[in-house]
Amino acid sequence: MNHGGSILAYALQQLINGVTLGMIYGLIAVGYTMVYGIIGMINFAHGDVFMIGAFLSLIALVGLAAIGVTAVPLALAMALLFAAAISALYGWAIERVAYRPLRGSFRLAPLISAIGMSITLENYVQVVQGARVKPLMPLIPGGITLMNQNGFAVRLGWLQMLIVLVTLLVLAIFTWLVTRTPLGRAMRACEQDLKMTALLGIDVDRTISLTFVIGAALAAVAGFMFLLYYGSIDFFIGFIAGVKAFTAAVLGGIGSLPGAVLGGLLIGLIETFWSAYFSVQYKDVAAFSILAIALIFLPTGLLGRAEVEKV
Amino acid sequence: MNAPLLELSNVSTFYGAVQALRNVNLAVYEGEIVALIGANGAGKSTLLMTVCGNPHPRHGSVFYAGEEITGLPTYRIMRRGIAQAPEGRRIFPRMTVRENLLIGAQAGDPEAAEGQLPYVLELFPRLAERLDQRGGTLSGGEQQMLAIARALMAGPRLLLLDEPSLGLAPLVTRQIFTAIRALNQERGLTVLLVEQNAYQALRLAHRAYVLVNGMITMQGPAAELLGRPEIRAAYLEGGM
Ligand SMILES: Nc1ncnc2c1ncn2[C@@H]1O[C@H](COP(=O)(O)OP(=O)(O)O)[C@@H](O)[C@H]1O
Ligand SMILES: [Mg+2]
Repeated sequence: MNHGGSILAYALQQLINGVTLGMIYGLIAVGYTMVYGIIGMINFAHGDVFMIGAFLSLIALVGLAAIGVTAVPLALAMALLFAAAISALYGWAIERVAYRPLRGSFRLAPLISAIGMSITLENYVQVVQGARVKPLMPLIPGGITLMNQNGFAVRLGWLQMLIVLVTLLVLAIFTWLVTRTPLGRAMRACEQDLKMTALLGIDVDRTISLTFVIGAALAAVAGFMFLLYYGSIDFFIGFIAGVKAFTAAVLGGIGSLPGAVLGGLLIGLIETFWSAYFSVQYKDVAAFSILAIALIFLPTGLLGRAEVEKV
Repeated sequence: MNAPLLELSNVSTFYGAVQALRNVNLAVYEGEIVALIGANGAGKSTLLMTVCGNPHPRHGSVFYAGEEITGLPTYRIMRRGIAQAPEGRRIFPRMTVRENLLIGAQAGDPEAAEGQLPYVLELFPRLAERLDQRGGTLSGGEQQMLAIARALMAGPRLLLLDEPSLGLAPLVTRQIFTAIRALNQERGLTVLLVEQNAYQALRLAHRAYVLVNGMITMQGPAAELLGRPEIRAAYLEGGM
């Protein structure tokens, strides 16, 4: 680390990088927390849906380039929609195949099934896409220089801005859906009392399916941005990102949607600052230590609530 | 008489190996208030929930409006015009009163729901003052009113009420029973009412059934049951 007198500039740069990364974690974390809120299970395959979203984005971008769609904004928008739509189908299918048949059986059954589903998806992608890292050339280069201190330039990339803006937009739409629409109301009702929700004539199974669909689409948006940001993906990215997003959800208070976003931001910032000031090798250790500490001192997370009404 | 609106025929319901209902036969006719009374654990809540398909009966059949509904999923049964204000009220605590009401109407016909909101607020004016308050912050009586109002939002033909007076002050109980009578007389709503408060229930109802250990042991016009010595001994003495 050689940042001499530019302490402030260096920190500001880490803040920008950390927020960008945190947005991606936050989007994935929302999917964990939503599913947990409604059916009380950790969907371990969710990180792999993120990975599949990244692969679908890459496939779409390569395919679009091959058929001559060269306008970058158009190609990006189409790839994003494609990845989100197909990932949503994956989310739907995973719930139907791996979790719904086990509803009402013992508590660990869907958890075990989720781990199995996660391994299946990773192996499936490894077989059809190969195990090697897939690169993508930078599509949105450049940015602006915010400040220059003793030779250290603080850069805000166009891509970073795009990631933050797209995440905020997606989260705004998602928040509107959950708080203002009948579907969102049904989702919140399921979260509070499944049995009562069915007694009101609401199709609980359908509501749960749609929760998986929405969570998967959000994960695909995260996968898309991960691909653009890092420029390389492989079949294993879902594991680490998934565990970190899960950590974010727990840190924010599992079941809480704002908590998931807040947790994602914190994990992104911790990881980035740790890498910048201490050691890159131990950045994951830092993130997971936070999980352990959170579980010990804040078992319900930052914005979580104690389970009082669930008998 | 016409065919009943709701009919249970030889219904037996189990929780695992435990039998909660034994060959229950029960009928509720359109326009009636029918009371179901019985001691704690007799199977009253199980009977209402069996009508709603959770749990399903192991033997026997449930008919509603002339059609068999045994084995249908709960949400399909409820969409046919049955609503329940269940035991323990089950208000959504982290939703506002308004949202609790709107979600009651969500699965049904949106236009019918539109007209239902002013009606239920007129029936329970205390809810109108608290529309933006969270369900979990209401008093017990207000929660019970909300549970009934929520059930009414879908515009049901048959209302199932599970111990609406439980834990409430006598004055609040009276308000709720007055509302039930008004619903029945003014709107022709058919009501199956489960109560441990047997005296009040029998005064409100047209007919009644007595459930003991999952079996119907007595039935008849409510006024007649009210006069029977064995009813007085088992459910009324010391009560009221
Ligand atoms: N979910 C359940 N699982 C197992 N047994 C139950 C369940 N609900 C009720 N029971 C049993 O069924 C019987 C009838 O209960 P219930 O219908 O709640 O009676 P009531 O409403 O008349 O008090 C009781 O013996 C009760 O313990
Ligand atoms: Mg009961």
